[in-house]
Amino acid sequence: MNKVYYTKEHEWIKLQDGKGYVGLTDFAQDQLGDIVYVELPEVGTELEVGEAFGVVESVKSASDIFAPVSGEVVAVNEELEDSPELINDDAMENWLIQMSVEDEDDLENLMDEEEYNDFIGEE
Amino acid sequence: MKYYSTLIFELSKKGKRAFSMPALDVAPVEADILGSPLRSDLPLPEVSENELMRHYVNMSQGNYHIDGGFYPLGSCTMKYNPKINEDISRMHQLTDIHPLQPEETIQGTLQLLYELQKDLCTVAGMDAMTLQPAAGAHGELAGLMMIKSYHEKNREYERVKIIIPDSAHGTNPATASMVGFELVEIKSDENGLVDLDDLKKHLDEKVAGLMLTNPSTLGLFETHVREIADLVHDAGGLLYYDGANMNAIMGKARPGDMGFDVMHFNIHKTFSTPHGGGGPGAGPVGVKKILEPFLPVPRIEKEGEKYLLNGDYPDSIGKLRSFYGNYGVLLRAYAYIRSMGPDGLRESSEHAVLNANYLMNLLKDEYDLPHDLTCMHEFVLAGLKNPGDATTLDVAKRLLDYGFHPPTVYFPLIVREALMIEPTESESLQTLESFATAMKSIAKEAIESPELLKTAPSTTPTGRIDEVFAARSVILTYDDLLAFEEKQRE
Repeated sequence: MNKVYYTKEHEWIKLQDGKGYVGLTDFAQDQLGDIVYVELPEVGTELEVGEAFGVVESVKSASDIFAPVSGEVVAVNEELEDSPELINDDAMENWLIQMSVEDEDDLENLMDEEEYNDFIGEE
Repeated sequence: MKYYSTLIFELSKKGKRAFSMPALDVAPVEADILGSPLRSDLPLPEVSENELMRHYVNMSQGNYHIDGGFYPLGSCTMKYNPKINEDISRMHQLTDIHPLQPEETIQGTLQLLYELQKDLCTVAGMDAMTLQPAAGAHGELAGLMMIKSYHEKNREYERVKIIIPDSAHGTNPATASMVGFELVEIKSDENGLVDLDDLKKHLDEKVAGLMLTNPSTLGLFETHVREIADLVHDAGGLLYYDGANMNAIMGKARPGDMGFDVMHFNIHKTFSTPHGGGGPGAGPVGVKKILEPFLPVPRIEKEGEKYLLNGDYPDSIGKLRSFYGNYGVLLRAYAYIRSMGPDGLRESSEHAVLNANYLMNLLKDEYDLPHDLTCMHEFVLAGLKNPGDATTLDVAKRLLDYGFHPPTVYFPLIVREALMIEPTESESLQTLESFATAMKSIAKEAIESPELLKTAPSTTPTGRIDEVFAARSVILTYDDLLAFEEKQRE
C-alpha cells in the first residue's frame, strides 16, 4: 500500500510508479456537495507547491485546487470532464492529475491520514 | 407569483402588428443605404399590442421583488428604493440634455454632479471623488489601478502584492488579479476578523496594498482597523476600502478616518439605486490627496461660480467610462442623499444595525450563531442547531413556501452551512417578527416533518429545481431546449 499524503487545502497525493497521483479528499467532496464541473491544467504545466492548478465547481461554490508538491503535470484525468460526479462517487479512486515530484522533501511537509483526520475534526 | 413560460416567439403569427403606421402620403423611395447587409428575412415575433402587454405582465408576475415582499438577501442590501428617486431621475429638465453639449449649457447638471461628489466625500472622509465607474467592481478596478500608478510614480515597481482577507467578496481577488497584482489571502481569527499575526507575516517591501471590507462580510466591525492601517502604511502599502457595507456606518464612521486611502461606494446598496437587472449601476471612487493626481479624467470641478470638465491631469489613469458615468443612476443617489439629509442617513444606518441585531437575537435559539457578537447590518448563521437531515438549502427552499425570499446561502465560504441575513433599515418590526416566526417554524418542521423541507418549495410556480442536473446538462439556447425536449419524448 502506497502512503497517501494530505494537504490543508484538502488534496491528497499518492506516489505510484515514480509519479504523484493527486486528488480531492472525501471530506472535500462531501463539503462541496454535488460536483458539476472540473477544470484541469494542460499536460506539461509546471507547478509550484501551493499553486492553484484547477477549479472544482459544485452547486454551492467554486474552489481552487492546489498543487501539494512542485512538479510537472504528466497526465490529467479526462474522464472527469464529462463525468465530474465520479469524484463524489469515490474521491480517493478518481485522481485529478498525475505529476512528477521534483523534491520528495515536499511530501514531508504534508499530513498523513491520521494527522489529516485530526485536522478535519478541528475544522 | 404565477407560472408562465411562454416565449414571445411562440405567440407569433405572421402579419400581426402591435402598432399601425399612418398611410404614406408621399411617393415611396427605394433606400439602399446599407446595401447587402440589409436583411428582409429576420424572424422577429409578430403579435398584437394586447398580446404583447399580457406576455410581459404575465412574465413579470413570475418574479419576486422588494416591492412585493421581504428580501433579506445578505450582502446584497435589498432595501426599499423610494419612488421619489425615480420621479426625479425622469424630470425632463434633467434628462433632455446631451453629453456633447457645451459646458456652459449644462451648468445645472455639472453642479448637481459636483455636489454629489462633495456629499460622497463628506460621507467617506475622502478628499476627492470620481463618479465615472459603472459599478462597484469597476470602482475596485479604478482604485487598484490608481494604487498601481502611485507605486510606479514612486518607482517602486517591486510592489506587486495585494493582501485580501479570506472573508472578502469575490470581486476583490478578481480585481487585483485583473490589474496584474499577486494575491495574498490572510486568515480570519476566531471572531471572523482579520488575524493580525497572519497579516504581519505578509507585510514586506513587496506589498502594494490591502483590500478590506468594514464591516466585514460576516457583518462584524473590524475593531483593529486603525492598527491594520498603520501596519500596512508602515510597510509602504496603501489601503483600499470596499464600500459594500457602507450602509451600516453612514454618518457614524468614515473610511477616510479609519486610515483608508481609496474606496468605492456601491450606490445601489448605500443610496438606494436599482440593483442588477434594474439598470446600469455606479461605483463612485473616493481618494485621499496622495492619490488625487491619478483619478480618472475628465474631472468635474468648480472655478469661481462656473462648473467645468478638466482633463488636464497627466498622471491620470485615464477615462473609465463614456462621458461622466451612468448619470441617471447618479441622479437617484443624489435625490436619496438630499431627501434624507445627514441625520436621515445616520438614522438609516442605525436602523439597519438595530434591525439586524434584533433579528439575530430572535433566531439564535433555533439557529447556530458561530460569531455571537453585536453585529452590524447583517449576520451569518451556520444552519440549524438541530438540523436532523435538513441542510441550509432545505431551509432556504422552505422559506419560499412561507412567502419570503431566502437569505444568501453558503456564503461567506468560511462559515459552514451559512445563512447570511440582512434585513436592511427599511423593514418594519412586524415584517422582522413574521420572518422570525417562519424561520422558527421551519426549525420545528426540520425535526417533526422533515419531508416538508426536503420537498420544498411546494407553493411556488416552479418546485424544487434539480440544480445538479441543470448544471451538468447546460441548455442555453431555444434550439438546445427543443433538442432536449425531443430527447425526453423519445
